[in-house]
Amino acid sequence: MIWPAVIVGSLGAYLLKLSGYLIPERVLDNPRLQRLTAILPIALLAALVGVQTFSTGSAVTVDARVAGLAAAIVALALRAPFLVVILVAAATAAVLRGAGLAP
Amino acid sequence: MFTGASQFALVGILGTGGGALVAVVTALLLGARNSLYALSLRSFVTTPGRPSIVRTMGQAQLTIDESTAMAIRYPQGSPQARHAFWATGIAIYVLWNLGTLIGALGAAALDDPRTLGLDAAVPAGFIALLWPRLRDRSTIALAVVSAAVAIALVPVLRPGLPVLSAVLVALVAERLMARRRA
Repeated sequence: MIWPAVIVGSLGAYLLKLSGYLIPERVLDNPRLQRLTAILPIALLAALVGVQTFSTGSAVTVDARVAGLAAAIVALALRAPFLVVILVAAATAAVLRGAGLAP
Repeated sequence: MFTGASQFALVGILGTGGGALVAVVTALLLGARNSLYALSLRSFVTTPGRPSIVRTMGQAQLTIDESTAMAIRYPQGSPQARHAFWATGIAIYVLWNLGTLIGALGAAALDDPRTLGLDAAVPAGFIALLWPRLRDRSTIALAVVSAAVAIALVPVLRPGLPVLSAVLVALVAERLMARRRA
């Protein structure tokens, strides 16, 4: 089911963009919808951070990813670019695992 | 799929055993903001006269956070706004997809992505996308509550679904914001 998900997701993401250019302005010109669309990415991205850091399957877990996330936050606070943030997080988790300090 | 947060979400959810439907729904909810970007970009990047459908279709694909941010710094309908939009959009389109290709080919050569800490790279990517959106106390509170609710639901729901609880949190947050403004 990987490729169907990729194709349907890609098509849907494109149609969302296209709709903003083609459908009449007043349809999207709703303050409630605009507020919701503005905050939805914050809620979803935060939930993804939480779940992808603290879970394995259906279990809540704490492992080297937590240290990786903490390192990423430090890098972001120091205004590191996107790629550096990701490399710092991965390296932190890899080093802790390599040293046997975290699962 | 050319919208980074959605791409990450789709791959992240499929990779951790979430269903295809949940992965697609989450990706599309994250991509919904591009509709509003397109709406506000109309007056910035559209040339006077009859719009060409081919141009609009290309414009749609390049409508992302970065191209929108670059275009709206210039006056509406100005050549600078158009140039900023197309230059940013095309540059990121090429480099981003090149990166995706390298990642896809490189990942196939790895034994266990955990040894390299690549499972920690996924949440790091999400927080890097989230970081610039945390502008004030209410957005930080929204992020913390969304993450906590999703983690709390991990043992209860099927993999992938806990993330969608963020939609309910956002709906409640929107009502609270509206009430405070009233």
